[in-house]
Amino acid sequence: METKTVSIKGMHCASCVRLIEKAVGKIEGVNSCNVNLATEKATITFDSKSVDDAKISSAVSSVGYEVLKEENQEIEDYEKKTKEKELRDLKTRVIVSLTLGSLILFGSFPGLMEFAPSILKNFVVQLILAIPVQFWAGLPFYRATIPALRHRTANMDTLVALGTTVAFSYSAFVTLFPQVIQGIGVEPLPYFDVATIIIGLILLGRYFEAKAKINTSEAIKRLIGLQAKTARVVREGKEVDIPIEQVVAGDIIRVRPGEKIPVDGVIVEGNSSIDESMVTGESIPVEKSVKDVIVGATINKTGTFLYKATKVGADTMLSQIIKLVAEAQASKAPIQRLADLISSYFVPIVIMLAVATFVIWYIFGPPPAFLFAMLNAIAVLIIACPCAMGLATPTAIMVGTGIGAEHGILIKDAESLEITHKVKTVIFDKTGTLTHGKPQVTDVIPFSVIARSEGGPHSKSGDWQSTTEDRHADARDDVLRLAASIEKGSEHSLAEAIVSEAESKKIKLQPVTKFQAIAGHGVEGKVDSKQVYLGNRRLMEREKVEILNQVQDDIERLESEGKTVMMLATSSRHSKRSEESQLIGLIAVADTVKESAKEGVKALQKMGIEVVMITGDNQRTANAIARQAGIKRVLAEILPDQKEAEVRKIQAEGKKVAMVGDGINDAPALAAADVGIAMGTGTDVAIEAGDITLINKDLKTVAQAIELSKKTMRTIKMNLVWAFGYNIILIPVAMGILYPVFRILLNPIFASAAMALSSISVVSNSLLLKKVKI
Amino acid sequence: MTIAGISGVAFTYWFFLMKKEKEVAVSDSVDIIVEGGYNPEVISIPKGKLTKINFKRLDPTDCLGEVVLGDFKIRRELPLNKSVSIEITPQKSGEFVYSCGMNMYHGKIIVK
Repeated sequence: METKTVSIKGMHCASCVRLIEKAVGKIEGVNSCNVNLATEKATITFDSKSVDDAKISSAVSSVGYEVLKEENQEIEDYEKKTKEKELRDLKTRVIVSLTLGSLILFGSFPGLMEFAPSILKNFVVQLILAIPVQFWAGLPFYRATIPALRHRTANMDTLVALGTTVAFSYSAFVTLFPQVIQGIGVEPLPYFDVATIIIGLILLGRYFEAKAKINTSEAIKRLIGLQAKTARVVREGKEVDIPIEQVVAGDIIRVRPGEKIPVDGVIVEGNSSIDESMVTGESIPVEKSVKDVIVGATINKTGTFLYKATKVGADTMLSQIIKLVAEAQASKAPIQRLADLISSYFVPIVIMLAVATFVIWYIFGPPPAFLFAMLNAIAVLIIACPCAMGLATPTAIMVGTGIGAEHGILIKDAESLEITHKVKTVIFDKTGTLTHGKPQVTDVIPFSVIARSEGGPHSKSGDWQSTTEDRHADARDDVLRLAASIEKGSEHSLAEAIVSEAESKKIKLQPVTKFQAIAGHGVEGKVDSKQVYLGNRRLMEREKVEILNQVQDDIERLESEGKTVMMLATSSRHSKRSEESQLIGLIAVADTVKESAKEGVKALQKMGIEVVMITGDNQRTANAIARQAGIKRVLAEILPDQKEAEVRKIQAEGKKVAMVGDGINDAPALAAADVGIAMGTGTDVAIEAGDITLINKDLKTVAQAIELSKKTMRTIKMNLVWAFGYNIILIPVAMGILYPVFRILLNPIFASAAMALSSISVVSNSLLLKKVKI
Repeated sequence: MTIAGISGVAFTYWFFLMKKEKEVAVSDSVDIIVEGGYNPEVISIPKGKLTKINFKRLDPTDCLGEVVLGDFKIRRELPLNKSVSIEITPQKSGEFVYSCGMNMYHGKIIVK
């Protein structure tokens, strides 16, 4: 069964609704038809084997209404049909022109004509064969040339139209008035083969080019194709299948094993393993359960679950990816500027060169000078290939950005793609980028037992009689209680670790007043009558908290294990806090390094790229994490607002810098870097935060992004060298520059073959990028 | 012949490279006919304001089947005889050249 929603034109009352429902319901194979007067839409569930769009349309029109196609769909269908028609038309023109052209060539080309039947050697027959090629198969060239000339512009069609018209007109004149040509001492030989084969070969080139070009933009089509068509929504206690366009944020959606997840949302019941590879490029399915975010267009593997739609329509991650890729493919790379400049003057310059070639050969050429002049001028017009220059960069950008999207690498624009290949230093932010960003409390060390009389939730009479071990455990809980209470208001990832540790131990938190986050230091707030401070060494120094040697040893030990140590201090008299603050405990939090960190860093180092880690952590902790990831250069104890300055310092060393971060906390550093790489943790990525957005957790993707940029730039450079080189070398050859020394001239037929191959080779070279492994 | 040749080169230069661009001031929306190029070829639009540009392709040339406004990251198919609207809100002043998919035909948007 398939469900489809169509727009209906002409409804104005409830009876219209009934009429349409009845008419459509009568169609054999239609299961249900619900018409909504307000939205003027009908939702029809039907068996697609026996019912099609035409049957539905005709049932609706039989009762006096009209099914409207969605505008976008209509344009898409129209474009598809037009393109298919154009390709078919082009194919016919190619077949006709090459067949007729070959017959003419058979009857006129020296070496071949000896074997040809005499009818093909007849000039009038050749003229008759050439007319449909010139004026029917070659019509697109004239159609493009005439309006262009009206606007005083010219393009490749102008060159082909000019060249072939000259060849055809001369040949027709020779055929009809041979005595005139004989009169000026020239043998009356026509060149219909030149005109017709040129048209045939150029059309053939265009046909292959059009087919190849379709493949350059297939990434977007693939992404659009990922979208689910329907969603099973729970409405009024029932599960109904509705078109995806009708899903609204807040809908509860049921997803069964093997089904595609329709829109973005959060799981509310059940769990499953989800294959996100089509969106994130990550091949291993991800386990998801209640409260986990899921992405539309990914595939549910095993379980059944219910989830709440949070993003629909253009807000979904897939829609944003499609938008970003489409924008990147339309953007212009700086390397293209030269090609742009040249192509705007190219065709007029070629026409001027053709005129000059004619004149030079006419004046200085050997006899028959007129024929040499004409054929060489035609060769100049035909060999010039501005298309290759125009296609060199955009086709490679389109393929490159498309491959990136397939691997979970979203490139903002062509400029970012271009700069990335020059990157010499990659700076990784530590938390959430090199590490999982989900730190856990590993150690809680109390230094003094907090007085129960001060209102701790664990106070109970008789505590003082507890065993030493109990008292120590209580003291640990008290440290955690105070720390978690104060961190409850913080958004820092370390705070989350402390709060969730307290929650897991079922410790009841206390109310906090005057909470304040001190950037790069920690937090402070008032719990009961006490002022509480939780943070790093800098905060303790600010509060003049004494750290004893034994505590110092504990801190150093924990830090050398890669743990972040937070110190908890309290002061009973807020007004004179600096005098009264004392350290009451330590909490060590550890964030684990991502499994892919070592490999990701190694891949970059192998490419000769320096890898740097930047973090607000102290040097010891930072060194321990860096060691695990294989990073040698560490920038530790850097406050969030200093990261940008650190990026600039490395840039001042003359290096192009890429900064890899989560795109949320380190936005200024990402913006300051030559390439800002925002790295998401699967689904919560801030798309558009960086020049490049990586939508999977795998750190190897950073090296892949740089590799992709290098490969794409290599293709662009090859294309440009080919496109420019081709024109720079072959135009002078067509002009006859080799003739005085080597007696070599370029036959216009070979010129047209070279020209046709030129743009195909550029598009094909761009498509070769698809084969490249990154 | 030499004089004819020089005249031919001079004419080509004058005809294609010395044409004067007629600038059309646009406030809200403009219809651009795509036929042998873009008509009007040069439009001026206000900075920071949404402007709707409606392209209508009458020319079957394959090359004109796409329009690329690279500075605005827009690439759009132009189906024959259909109007395609593109909305832009430029944030920077300056001259922005747009082109067909093969970079053969050019138009210009001047943001003031």
